[in-house]
Order: sequence, then C-alpha cells, then structure tokens
Amino acid sequence: MAPEMRVSIVERLRNIDRRVIFVLVAAAVIIPLLHPLGLPLKSSPPSSSLYREIENLGPGSVVLMAFDYDPATDVELGPMSLALLKHCFSRGHKVVSLALWPMGASLARASFAQTAEEFGAKYGVDYVNLGFKAGGIVVIDSLGKSIHESFPKDVDGTPLEELPLMRNINSYADIDFVLGLSAGDPGLPFWIMIAQGRYGKKVGGGCTAVSAPMLYPYYPNQLLGLLGGMKGAAEYELLIEAKGSATKGMDAQSIAHALIVLFVIIGNLFYFMGRSREKRGGQI
Amino acid sequence: MRREIPLIITFVCGITMIIQFFIPHWPFSDVKSYFQHTYMIIAAFAMILGICNLTRLHIFKIRDRRENWGYSIVLLVGLAIMAIPGLFQGIHEGTMFEFLFKNAHVPMNSTMFSLLAFFVASASYRAFRARTFDAALLLIAGFAVMLGRAPIGDTLTSFMPEGWQMSDLANWIMAFPNTAGQRAIMMGSGLGIVATSLRVILGIERSYLGGE
Repeated sequence: MAPEMRVSIVERLRNIDRRVIFVLVAAAVIIPLLHPLGLPLKSSPPSSSLYREIENLGPGSVVLMAFDYDPATDVELGPMSLALLKHCFSRGHKVVSLALWPMGASLARASFAQTAEEFGAKYGVDYVNLGFKAGGIVVIDSLGKSIHESFPKDVDGTPLEELPLMRNINSYADIDFVLGLSAGDPGLPFWIMIAQGRYGKKVGGGCTAVSAPMLYPYYPNQLLGLLGGMKGAAEYELLIEAKGSATKGMDAQSIAHALIVLFVIIGNLFYFMGRSREKRGGQI
Repeated sequence: MRREIPLIITFVCGITMIIQFFIPHWPFSDVKSYFQHTYMIIAAFAMILGICNLTRLHIFKIRDRRENWGYSIVLLVGLAIMAIPGLFQGIHEGTMFEFLFKNAHVPMNSTMFSLLAFFVASASYRAFRARTFDAALLLIAGFAVMLGRAPIGDTLTSFMPEGWQMSDLANWIMAFPNTAGQRAIMMGSGLGIVATSLRVILGIERSYLGGE
C-alpha cells in the first residue's frame, strides 16, 4: 500500500464521523438487552456488607430511606430502591421514606407500589412516604429533634398522628438504620455527616456509579455498605436472589464499557501513529 | 445600613450555630431549631422565587425574539402542563400529575441522562490520550475500573485465580489509591470550607452580598 494511502486511512479513522460511534454504542447497548449473554456476576465487599447489615437488623426494625435522586438517575438508583425495599419487607422491617430532591417523593411512591403488595406491606403500618422537604442538610439535622415537626404530614397530606407506624417514631432515636439513595447534593454524604456523625446512627446506601469513588473514604466505618451504580444494584439483586432490571442491564453495561475501552485504545493508537509521523517530518 | 444589617444577621446566625454545636442545650438548642425551621421555609420560598425568575426570563426571551426563543415556549408550556394539574389536583396516585410524571417526565429525563453515554464514547475516541506518564496511569486505572465494574472484566480474566481477577483489581483501586486521594481532597476542601465560613461570618468575605 502506498504511504499516502496509509496516511489517508489513518487520517480518516482519526476523524471518523461521530455518528458511526453513536451507532456502535447504540448496538452495544441494545443487542445484549435483546439477547442476554448471562455473564457471571459476583458481589463486591461494600454490597455484601450492606446486605449483612440489613439482614442482621431484628424484625420490626425501622429503616429510614432517603430518595435523594430524580428520574435522570432512576435507571441506576431505581433498581437499588426496589432491591432494598424487597429485602426490608421480606425481613419484616418498617420503612419510612423521605426525599430531599423534589422528584424523590414520586419515585419513592413508584418503588413502594412495585414492592409492597408482594410482601403484604400496608401503607401507614409497614411503610410511610413522608414526601419532599426543601432544605437539604438542615432537614437531615432537624430529624434529630422531631420528625413530626419537620414533616407534620405525609406525601398525601395525611397527618402523621393518623398513621400507626409514625405514632412511635419521632426522631433518630426511633430509627435503626438510615439508607440513603443519592444522585448528588443533597445526598448520602450529608446523611453520613449528620445521621452517623452527629446522632450515631447506622448509615448505608447507594449512589450513582460516578459518585461512588467520593463515598469510599467513608466505608466501612461511617458508611456500613455501599451500592455503586447499576452494578451495585445488580449485586444486591444477586444477594437477595431476586433478579431485576439491574441484572438485565449488566450485559449491556459490560459491552458498552468494553467498547469505550476499545475506543480509547484505538484513539490512542492513531494518536501515536500520527505523532511518530510528525516526528519523522511526514504528513499526519 | 444596607450592608451592615446583613453582616450582623450573618455574624449572629453563624456564631449561634457554632456555639450550639458545642453546647446543644437550652437556649441554644431552641435557637438552632428556630433557625432550622426558618431555613426550610426560606428554601421552599427560594424554589418559588426560582420558578418565577425562570418564567420571567423566558417570557422576556420570547417577547424580544432572542436566539432560540422557540425553546422558551416549549419550556413554559412544559412547566404549565406539569404545574397546573399538580396545583389543582395534587400529586397523589391517580392524578394527572402522577400520570404525566410516570409517562412523560421519567422517560424524558432518563433519555437525557442516557445521551451522556454517546458523548462519553465519542470523547473517549477523540480526547482520552496518554500524552504523559500520569495520563497513561490514569487511563490504565480507568480501564481496570470500567471493566472491573461490569461482569465482563471477570469474564476476560477468568483464567486468573480468585482474588486476582479484574473486579478484585477494581475494588483494590477504589478502596486504596482512590480512597487515599479522595481523603486528601476532602481534608483540603474541609479546611477551605472552615476558612471561607469564618471569613463570611466575620464579615471579611462580602461577595455574597452582591454589588461592588
């Protein structure tokens, strides 16, 4: 092959139309969803640790669950919420949810709707959705004094006194475990700082894959367990033996990750080929 | 007085909150509780203020026919479609708001977030270059975590003994080099927050007041 032609091919591949990349990514996601590969999965230490903590809580324990995310990250955090709720309900724990993000309350409602019936959990008796409250870290701190003062009514406007579950729950002293599902700020770091740091509560939770590295410094002393991204959700589904959408998404995520790694390698290959040509004084 | 009064409020609130942290008893406990409720009310009103400001900005944009003013119409119509049913019917199950939330807002928001994958893939091809030793190290760590945080990593390294597979390497990177780096960043930013907060409380830092 003539050197000019080689140069031309390298040049063309370096400046490949981004739509080609987009099509390849779409195929890498869609094909494994339609034809699962069934790649084996194993749980990581932070996921197993969270599972053990929930498992070891006595029946009837109260779990405060924060839905601090919005629909954009529901694909990652939604499956986590379902897996955690299934685990809590199957162990007979009571769940009180709240949201520091406006859309979190509706997402909590959707998660309860998908899980409560299967375990015969009743609203007001086994679980309560307190809804959204603006204020971030201040709301978390205010729960140490009185949940009833911060949330006088639940998400549907029912006074907390009318909900049997909430009659005996008034502050962190009545909470056994805090689970934070977080997509950013306000989120899990604030629950660790206040609920764990100030009130000594056990805290665990889940977050998006991109924010997991920021939460590792708290694990395992202040944060007892962590689910990172869709992989974390799939690991929890594996641990509770209830495969869901996160497990289904693992093959697609695997191929997409591998494709991106391949793109980086190819991109660097062309970069170094171009650079060596430049050094030799030739064309790129 | 326009500057002095906010400075006094900031000083009193800041010092009170610091004192109540060390002395969580009456009267500081009650003052803290009062401040917390005030903050939550202000935060709720800030959301209303934000919506009003957003609406005003986009109305002006449409009125002046500024660039891409058509998108402002979409934004305002979308805002009205979600807000009006929520205001009149509430947001409980079976309402129009809930229907729109589940069937329009959730899929659209998820779609927007999913688009990131395409841009990351395109950027990975064009921009992630091992130009220096540090950059190469970062890329290698990135490869290990990306492959280790998906089942394919262990499949590719299944010939390795247990404990030495890709997910184990990714867990090690996250638990040790990452944690060490993150802790250093957190300590640095924590000290920065303390310093900045003191400057604000003592009135040395005044940029939050606006103006000159």
